[in-house]
Amino acid sequence: MATTVLEPTMTRTAALAKRSVLVDWLTTVDHKKIGIMYGAWAFFFFVIGGVEALIIRAQLARPEATLVSPEFYNQLFTMHGTTMIFLAVMPLSAMFFNFMIPLLIGARDVAFPRLNAMSLWVFVLGGLFLNASFLFGTAPNGGWFGYAPLSGRQYSPGPHMDFWVLGLQILGIASLAAGVNFFTTILNMRARGMTLMRMPMFVWATLITQVLVLLSFPVITVALILLMADRLFGSGFFVTAMGGDPMLWQHLFWVFGHPEVYILILPAFGIISEILPVFSRKPLFGYSAMVFSSAFIAFLGFGVWSHHMFSTGMGPLADSFFSLATMLIAIPTGVKIFNWIGTLWGGSLQFKTPMYFALGFIAMFIMGGLSGVMHSVAPADLQQTDTYFVVAHFHYVLFGGSILALTAGAYYWWPKMFGKMLDEGLGKFHFWTTMIGFNLTFFPMHFAGLLGMPRRVYTYPSGLGFDLYNLMATVGAFFLAFSILVFMWNVIKTWRSSERAPADPWGGATLEWTIPSPPQEWNFDDEPVVTERDAVWGMKRAAGVRMLPEPVAGDGKGIHMPGPSWWPLVVSLGILSFFVGFMFDKPWAFPFGPVTVFGLLLTTFAIFKWAYEAPDAHATNH
Amino acid sequence: MTTTTAALDHHDHDDAHAHHTSLPIDNRKLAIWTFIGSECLFFATLISTYLVYAGQSVKGPFPTDIFSVGLVTAGTAVLLFSSFFVVMALDGAQKGDRKKMLTWLSLTVLCGVFFAGMQVYEFWHFYHLGLGYSTNLFSASFYTLTGFHGAHVALGTLWLATILKDAIKGRVPPKKALNLEIAALYWHFVDVVWIIIFPVVYLMQMRS
Repeated sequence: MATTVLEPTMTRTAALAKRSVLVDWLTTVDHKKIGIMYGAWAFFFFVIGGVEALIIRAQLARPEATLVSPEFYNQLFTMHGTTMIFLAVMPLSAMFFNFMIPLLIGARDVAFPRLNAMSLWVFVLGGLFLNASFLFGTAPNGGWFGYAPLSGRQYSPGPHMDFWVLGLQILGIASLAAGVNFFTTILNMRARGMTLMRMPMFVWATLITQVLVLLSFPVITVALILLMADRLFGSGFFVTAMGGDPMLWQHLFWVFGHPEVYILILPAFGIISEILPVFSRKPLFGYSAMVFSSAFIAFLGFGVWSHHMFSTGMGPLADSFFSLATMLIAIPTGVKIFNWIGTLWGGSLQFKTPMYFALGFIAMFIMGGLSGVMHSVAPADLQQTDTYFVVAHFHYVLFGGSILALTAGAYYWWPKMFGKMLDEGLGKFHFWTTMIGFNLTFFPMHFAGLLGMPRRVYTYPSGLGFDLYNLMATVGAFFLAFSILVFMWNVIKTWRSSERAPADPWGGATLEWTIPSPPQEWNFDDEPVVTERDAVWGMKRAAGVRMLPEPVAGDGKGIHMPGPSWWPLVVSLGILSFFVGFMFDKPWAFPFGPVTVFGLLLTTFAIFKWAYEAPDAHATNH
Repeated sequence: MTTTTAALDHHDHDDAHAHHTSLPIDNRKLAIWTFIGSECLFFATLISTYLVYAGQSVKGPFPTDIFSVGLVTAGTAVLLFSSFFVVMALDGAQKGDRKKMLTWLSLTVLCGVFFAGMQVYEFWHFYHLGLGYSTNLFSASFYTLTGFHGAHVALGTLWLATILKDAIKGRVPPKKALNLEIAALYWHFVDVVWIIIFPVVYLMQMRS
């Protein structure tokens, strides 16, 4: 390894211990550190996407405003959507996949630790690449779904949509690699005795999410390849003059895009299904029904994509099919809602901050779900499509759903991740400011939409009845931003506090609560054995105690963990260079320009070094 | 790129994961099967695109003007035989029969090189007949589909050649036969995809 020169007398372990903090985090393959980095970067991008939203709301606060230029406005809403979906919600879920999945299944790491590090770095570099477009004043401007032919060469000249196409292609590699990794990890690295039907619900949600990633991302990969070919090589896949059909783009995009919606929400369902039982002091109601409804949602998710396309005129047969399939999804989703309520029913409810956010999630998600069912009716959708009604709907499921659940998860697992409890008082203040700000922002959008206000418009004339609703939404958005500041203050306050969290602050049911907070590098001193669902409650019951004794930190003697590696980061840099070359090599001998070729060579070289890396597994303690 | 990294991970990292697996299958083997499942959707989308655009080109050259099935049939046969060869090589690797492994693995790699070379020649030939990448819809969808398959063949050949290099140096003992088995699974998949592409593209020759 480049930075460590081994003294003859120094053991490898001693050399590893001497590395700087920066090198440690750049080369780590520890799923916990990778999870924390996923969270930190995702929150960074979340703030960027939030600032974009605030500028949008400021521009729309009153009619005929000219706060920003129309061109910049297009970049703002495109990057807001792209950022929140691919750079905020997905990686925030990935934070919990990374940190929690090995702990929940009783494993010491994921199946492929270095591949895991590569996923992280590819995501980070892809996100930075996408946002670097702002520095050139050429951020993507064709909407987060990049509809052809608007995203093609003719209507979108310049590098705007090149950044989008290539950025998403890079991010897709991260998602696919993580998909293979977590699918393998969950199926193959469970603790002894943890059968599939004994897995915690968040593990099930993660497994099903990876199936969605693995089957839907290849489709968007091909769609992006075709669009890239149109833009860079002058082919005509989506150019009608050459016989191409822009409808193919819409179909391919939404065959990916609708499963993507469930990629965003299923992990949220999983988090809620972990939190409600613990704070109701009773097991999840209808566990099997929860498992099968998740699987059914994922299955149906591949058969409803054209409900995004009712206005394209597909004909009554296709419209009917996709209407019915979409309505069908309400059934497994309803099963989940009722099972969550059944979990609460008769429980001994503990109103802690995670529980607040979980209950808020259920209420807000139901509202988003109901407006979703309204969209499934094709004739009604023709009135609603491309209006603010749709914007209201998907913010209720994505913010009211995903973000509230992820926040609940953050409060719930924070003590395990960092060894300190987030402040309860500030947490509840955070909850109420979020709920007020969120509803004030998005509820009026329903009315603006039904009155006919189109999405993505730069401004609107006065006198159409939009003025008040837009002003309310803008005030709400800034209030929502304030709630995020409350959360950040809570994090800072907790950071500076010296109070340590116990191993099991909530009286949990799952394996992560049996080990110290934060966990040691090797997670479990002894590999756990599971004999039932809600394994830790079973252990407590068997021991006749309400709480297990505080675990004593082990010394990890004789436990071998994979060593750090530079190659995941180098591979990621190679992949970035390969794709960046597609843009910057254009003036030269494309497609064999220097940046692309350099990226290809660097990637290949790094993969060989990776494959032949010296056995670096070091015992954590000799 | 992810193929190689996924499958080659843990080359020498077995220590941390020497404990049991929940399913009776090695992590790396499960991972390559998972990846192949994902790749199915990749090629399904490419093949669908080709079929959707068959007959939609507004100008020539069309498939009937340009295809000569002879050479590509030879390439197809070579590729299919290589799937058999790699099975023989794996058998040699698992039984510790070094000579058998080296012989059949060399033949497999040669087949991969032949197929990739055949495709490069074919592309070059078509280009000189006036079929550039962006000439018409047929050319773009044809080059994209077969090009990505060709890239998979090239990657698989490089992967198998790397294992051949290791095997020559005596670094593929029977307990490491799994390294070859994983590459072989990928190789079979690339062959199976070609079994679909060959009739769809060359034998049906839809008049686009």
